[in-house]
This record gives sequence, structure tokens and C-alpha cells, in this order.
Amino acid sequence: MSKVEFNKETGPREVFCGLTSIVWLHRRMPDAFFLVVGSRTCAHLIQSAAGVMIFAEPRFGTAILEEKDLAGLADAHEELDRVVNDLISRRPEIKTLFLVGSCPSEVIKLDLATVAEKLNKRFLGKIKFVNYSGSGIETTFTQGEDGALKALIPLMEDSNEEKLLLVGTLANNVEDRFKKIFRNLGISNVESFPPRQSTELPKIGKNTKVLLTQPYLSDTVRDLKHRGCEIISAPFPLGIEGSTKWFLAAAKAFKISALKVHEIISPLISRAKLALESHKDILKGKRLFLLPESQLEISLARFLHNECEMDLIEIGTPYLNKDLMKEEINLLPDNTKIVEGQHVEKQLDRVREANPDLVVCGMGLANPLEAEGISTKWSIEMVFSPIHGIDQAADLAGLFSKPLRRNQILTSKTLVTN
Amino acid sequence: MELTLWTYEGPPHVGAMRIASSMKDIHYVLHAPQGDTYADLLFTMIERRGQRPPVTYTTFQARDLGGDTAELVKKNIKEAVERFKPKTLLVGESCTAELIQDQPGALAKGMGFDMPIVNLELPAYSKKENWGASETFYQLTRTLLKEKVGSSEKISPLRWKELGRRPKVNILGPSLLGFRCRDDVIEIQRILSEQGIDTNVVAPLGANPNDIERLIDAEINICLYQEIAEASCEWLKRNFGMEYTNTIPIGIKNTIEFINEVHNKLDLPLTNKKELEHKSKLPWYSKSVDSNYLTGKRVFIFGDGTHAIAAAKIAKDELGFEVVGIGTYSREMARQVRATAKELNVEALITNNYLEVEDAMKKAAPELVLGTQMERHSAKRLGIPCAVISTPMHVQDVPARYSPQMGWEGANVIFDDWVHPLMMGLEEHLIDMFKHDFEFVDGHQSHLGHTATKTKDLINSDNKKDNNPKEGIIWTESGRAELTKVPFFVRGKVKTNTEKYAILRGIPEISDETLYDAKAYFS
Repeated sequence: MSKVEFNKETGPREVFCGLTSIVWLHRRMPDAFFLVVGSRTCAHLIQSAAGVMIFAEPRFGTAILEEKDLAGLADAHEELDRVVNDLISRRPEIKTLFLVGSCPSEVIKLDLATVAEKLNKRFLGKIKFVNYSGSGIETTFTQGEDGALKALIPLMEDSNEEKLLLVGTLANNVEDRFKKIFRNLGISNVESFPPRQSTELPKIGKNTKVLLTQPYLSDTVRDLKHRGCEIISAPFPLGIEGSTKWFLAAAKAFKISALKVHEIISPLISRAKLALESHKDILKGKRLFLLPESQLEISLARFLHNECEMDLIEIGTPYLNKDLMKEEINLLPDNTKIVEGQHVEKQLDRVREANPDLVVCGMGLANPLEAEGISTKWSIEMVFSPIHGIDQAADLAGLFSKPLRRNQILTSKTLVTN
Repeated sequence: MELTLWTYEGPPHVGAMRIASSMKDIHYVLHAPQGDTYADLLFTMIERRGQRPPVTYTTFQARDLGGDTAELVKKNIKEAVERFKPKTLLVGESCTAELIQDQPGALAKGMGFDMPIVNLELPAYSKKENWGASETFYQLTRTLLKEKVGSSEKISPLRWKELGRRPKVNILGPSLLGFRCRDDVIEIQRILSEQGIDTNVVAPLGANPNDIERLIDAEINICLYQEIAEASCEWLKRNFGMEYTNTIPIGIKNTIEFINEVHNKLDLPLTNKKELEHKSKLPWYSKSVDSNYLTGKRVFIFGDGTHAIAAAKIAKDELGFEVVGIGTYSREMARQVRATAKELNVEALITNNYLEVEDAMKKAAPELVLGTQMERHSAKRLGIPCAVISTPMHVQDVPARYSPQMGWEGANVIFDDWVHPLMMGLEEHLIDMFKHDFEFVDGHQSHLGHTATKTKDLINSDNKKDNNPKEGIIWTESGRAELTKVPFFVRGKVKTNTEKYAILRGIPEISDETLYDAKAYFS
């Protein structure tokens, strides 16, 4: 392991909570609905994080707790029952309903598991009810997906069939690309979790080999292990390096030679390297500061340093699972500073002191930093954009080169700011 | 419990953030879990602000709950005070913190700081954003002026005469995330200044705590946005005798009435009464021949109370529209909106369910919707033009240009903003004259883009989806053929009217003749 410097920090944070995962999960599984049991703040939060639900009625909503619900818990259960009935009569196409716990529902100890269980009995065979917590007192941003996937595992049937299971939400086109490449490698039985339809859950068992596509799935991984699945240890498929090692790890687990892997992916690599050049020209030597939010920070830093030659100042991450991140951390340069947790004010002091060329951060901080003359990139874009795989390496680099290019165009030629 | 798919207003602590962020030298310590920091992006993204809101979140986590969250609150208050050195500290809690009952305001007051501390108690489970903003502004005003209550006599609106200076007023209510508030303030200050009236304090937007203490230097208050300022204006009236204005200067008539109200209160003669009506282009633009097409255009209005009521008046009296629906999500303003609706002979829609608004909009079949960003989406689905007149808004409703809603320039802006989504006069005349041209066959794109629906889709979709009284009505071949000949941009209305007529008369099948009968009946 490289000599990475680990630090922990506590204090006020500037990070989305797990509820926000809903905004990509509802797009991944269009037959599912996410019902947050929470407050007006929760409703306002997911609405604001999603911008606005544009053309159609969204597949998420909030059962807003009111004062009378807080008075007696038995009532809250009945109320929730009524709200679910309303929702289902309005949206008969729902196949899976996630009851999502929030900060207030956790604090008043609303038992969503029992509610889900009762509803499952009532709607047997028609709709499946699962529950998980996306509350901000327990989860950050992407950890909501971990909770949602973990909740689905008990619904997955057993199978001893040998298969490769890709775990973590991917963009459809990326998923299709991966499946094609695995087929070329000789791994044809590849499934995804979460699937594109909530009802098409993959079957799992002792011959299921799990390859993670996202780094924030600690609880899901643990439960998959309990079901006998084998977890393939690999870095994450971001950039050429990460993706190559990811494919190699999968091939090894399926006893496919490394030579075969190189044969299949080397044309992709040359193409991607070519595409990366123009972005590298901009990114090379630029100094990068990553604030914690998506938990993709370590993988992104690895890619931006190793393949785009950026200098790393500090990598913030809301939570660090050293075991899952082992392969990634090994690829980081010596003396990389990783800070787990956050004290947003102190961290911003360090940002100002370091005066980086680019900061990766949440949306609330982006414009204030831009106003201080520091280019930024929103973390949330990484979870909405297709960034995984060799074919997407240049697109991923493009997300970071664009703000710098824009900054060059505007400040050097046309505009005087401030 | 209330099922919500979208909400017009945020929680009350977001209202408090609007006040804190609007002002200077104020800091707000908010006892809240980490996810609540999302509220920052409302200011930094929608308003494109270059500063973070002056808010410190305590960011408590589940593991803190077993321990001492009160200590965490105190630690954060101490750090925030040391770092930001505010002149006044607001302390409050979000919905989750309310449940754990740490009483952060009381804790802060016990910490021995030498500055006013406002303890905000905003019941998150029963109140909403505008109420929170109003309450925060009220508590702040009360706290900062508390010691002066009773120290002076009632403030007479005529005091400026005794003091031998120009009259001074306060402009109260504009805030961040309000609809075009910054520009409204500039416009209103300009209008007052032209009339020889000085602005003492604008608050909360741009004010600091010292300014709040100076509120009583003015003769009267201008309550510019009732949602936010009425409670404070009422308190200032009760305790200092300060009068406040009721007219909201949106539209020509209201602006004139507003100026008159201010003058009457101050006993100040109007300096340029005759010129007033020529200050804005709206009256002439509205009378110009090109605007003939606006006659009786049916509009549907939904938004906050202040803007919805003003919009109804402008629509009816200044643009010659017919208001076919009006409503608000703001329950605090329900009474006033109901009164306006009654004058217009329509039923007021008081709801915070956007789907109900969409339904009402569909039933009213307007030619223009004036609403919030949500109504813009709903109107798009229905293929109806829409202009945004109220919060909640989108980044595009915070334009770079000067774009007030109030006063003379506001009236100009409103004329353009409302009329541009419609097909313009000459354009509409020409289309009417050339409606049999090949250009207007099905599939030709209007400026409404893909939303102009084809006849077949209209008929099919209605037959499939709607469970309303239209069920059972059949369009015959000849009826369908005739409907296709109607220009696409009025086809939906013709179809609805014809069906309405058929139901009324108990006609089960709609032929070409039925269509003409209906046309005659409704004309």
C-alpha cells in the first residue's frame, strides 16, 4: 500500500443525505416508486436535488408527517396505510414500493419494516414493499443506494448458476457496453443489480461472482456475501486503468487468461488514449481538491492523477471503507492526503489556502467558490452521467476539463470579473 | 400524513434562511442533520449567489443522539460566533431537531454572548416557508426594537412636517428567493423618490441589524409583500403607531392607487399627477390595434397570494383578458384570494397539490396560464402557453436584466412576459386568414413545438384515459373529418366545446352537423 495519509474530521457538513439517491434510482427502475416517510424538508430536498420533475409525474413522493402523526405512533401506521392506498390507486403500474425512512421517521422510531410486512401480505403477488433508511443522520448521498439495494436482497431467489453480477446503478448504455465486452471475453451470463425493472431481480447463490461498479455499497456487499456470493476485489471501472484492472479481475475469477483480456480491450484502450489527449493537455499539472460528497472521490482522484496528470491536494470522502477501497488506494501516488468526514469551514479554509485550479464539490458550494475565482465541478454530475468504462474515459475527463477551459476562455479574453 | 409529489413551499426554516441570507451581519445557527444543507443550493444555484447563506448547521448524526446533542449545539454556536462575528444571532432548528427538543435558542441565550439572540420557534410539522420567513422577520424586528417600545410617542405620519424634512418610509418584505424582489425595490424607490419621498430602510433585503433598529425613524411602512412583512408591519403599528400601506403596486392601476395611498397617509400632495398614466407603455401597448387579439383571452392564474391577486386585476382591467380561474397555495392568503375570485365570478382554488391545479387548469381550458414553474410544466403537458408570475421559481426566472414586476417598468415587463408566450396579434390574424393553406395541415409545427396535438391523438387519448362524462360519446366519420379542418391551435377547445354541447343535448354521436350546432350555440 502506498504511503497515504489518512485523516478524520468532524464538524458541520455540506453533503446531501441518502434520500437524494432516489433521483437516479427511480430512473433506473421505472416500475418502482420511492415513498419517503418524512417531513416537508425531505420533500423539498428531493425536489430541489432533482431540479424539478420535468415532464411526467415523478416516481417518488413524500408522506409528510404532521403534528397529529407525532402525537401517537399507532395512528402514524394507519395514516401511512391510507397514503399507500391513495398512491397505489393513483399509480396502478407500481410493482415495487420502497418505503424510505428519513431523519424524523428514524427519530420517532416509525417501524417501516412492520408496515412493509403488513402491506406485503395485503398486496401479495401484486406489489412488493421494501423499506430502507435514507436518513441524513445515518447516511450520506450515495449511501441511499446501498440501503435500497440491501433491501432488495431478501427478494432475490437462490440459484447456483454461475454468473457475473454487476452491482451498482449504471447508465443503460454503459451496462450494454460492459455486457458486450464480457461476452467477447467469454463471460456471457452477466446480470445487473439493480436491474432495469424492479421485478427482474437476478437470482444469486454460491456461484455468483460479484463485481462492484460503485464504491459506496458496503452493506449490500456484506449481505451478498452472506448469501454465498463471491466478491471480486478490484478497483472501480473509472478511466482506462481502473476499467482494465476491473476487467482483468473479472476474467481471473472466471479463469480467463489476461492475454485474452488485453486482446479484446487493447483497441478500446488505444482509442480512449487518443480521445484523452486533448483533455490531458488542459488538466496536466493542474491542482485538484476534492470535497466529500459522492464517495467516488478516491476513484476520481486516482483517474485524474494517473491518467490526466493532475496534482492532488486533498481527497475528501464522507465515509471510507478501507476494505472496499483497498485496490484504489494502492493506485494512489505516495503522500496522498485523504480526509474522511468534514468540517466544512475548516476544509474551505484549506481550499482557500491551497488555491487549487479545480474543486470537486456539492452544488451548494459551487457558485460561492466560483465567485472566489476557483473553478468547480459538481459531484452530483458523476452519479447522473455515464462515466464508467474505457469508452467513457474521455467523457469523464471532459467533465473536469470543461470548467477549466471555460475559465480560460472567459478570463483570458473577454471578461473581467469582480 | 399528507401525500406530496411536489411542494410549492419549503419548510419554515427555509423561510428563516431567506431572511438571514437577505441581510448583512446576521448568522443563523440551525440545529439540523447533514442532509438539510441542501437548502444552500436554493440560494447559490437558483439565485446564482456568490456567497453561501450565513448558516451553520449542527450536522448531528444518529450516533450523537445517544449522547449530548445539546453540547454539539453549543460547540457550533461558539464556533459560528467566533468565526463570523455576527451583530445578531438567529438560532433555530429544523424538523428533526424539533423532535429531540434541545431548545438551541435557550442554550444560546445562556452562553453569555454580548449580542441580541433571536430564538426561532418554527413548528416544522404545521407551518411552511412563507410563514417561517414572516415569523423570522417579525421576531427579529421585535427583538431589536423591544427596548424602544414605549420610549417614544406614537409616530405620526405627518412627523416629517414638524421635522422640516422630506417624508421617510420603510420598504418591508423583499427577500431573496422572492419573485423579482431586488428589481421591485429599485423601481419602488425610484417612484417614491420622484414624488419627494425618501427611503429610510429596505428590509430584510440588504438590511443589517442596525437598520432594523432605525425602522422607527421613518413615518410609515410600505408593506410590499404581505406574505413576509404584514406581521412586522402590524407589530410596528401596534407598538409605535406606524401606519402601513395595503396596496401592492403591481400593474398600472395598483401603482397609481399605491402612490395615492402613500400620499394620503403622509398628507403629501402629488407632484406630477397628470404624468402618472404615461409612465408606462402598458396602457398604450394594450390599446394598440395589434393587441385586439388579446380581447377576452381566457387566463388561468395560480401562485402566491400577492402575485396572483395582482395578476387577476391586470389581466382583467389592463389587458382585457377573461380570468377563468384563480388560486393560491398560500393558505395565509386564502381569504384575500377568495375575495378576488368572488369579484371575478370564479371559484378560488386553495391547494398545495399541483395535480389539482393541473386538473382545474384542464377544465378551465384557458388560452394562457399565469403560474409558478410547476404550472409551466403542467401547461406544457397540456399544450397551453404559460408565463411565470410567482415563486417557486426556476433559475430562468432570475434574469440578468432589470426585470421588476412592480411600478411602471414592472408593468412593461408584465406586458411582454405575458403576451410573448401567445401567438402575436398579426400572426394570429394571418393564420386565421390563411387557415385553409397547406401550411396549416396536421403536423405543421407551430411555435408551441411538439405539443400541438393531432386530432387523432386528441380523440384517442381522451377515449382511453378520461373517465369523465365524455364517455359514451362517439365521433362519427364526418365529425372527425370536420374536426380535422379546424386549425390545430384551437382544435382542442372546439372538441371540448362540441362534446360539452353533445352531453348537454344528450346527443350520443357527433357528426359534422353537431360540430356546427355547437359552434353556433357557443358563439
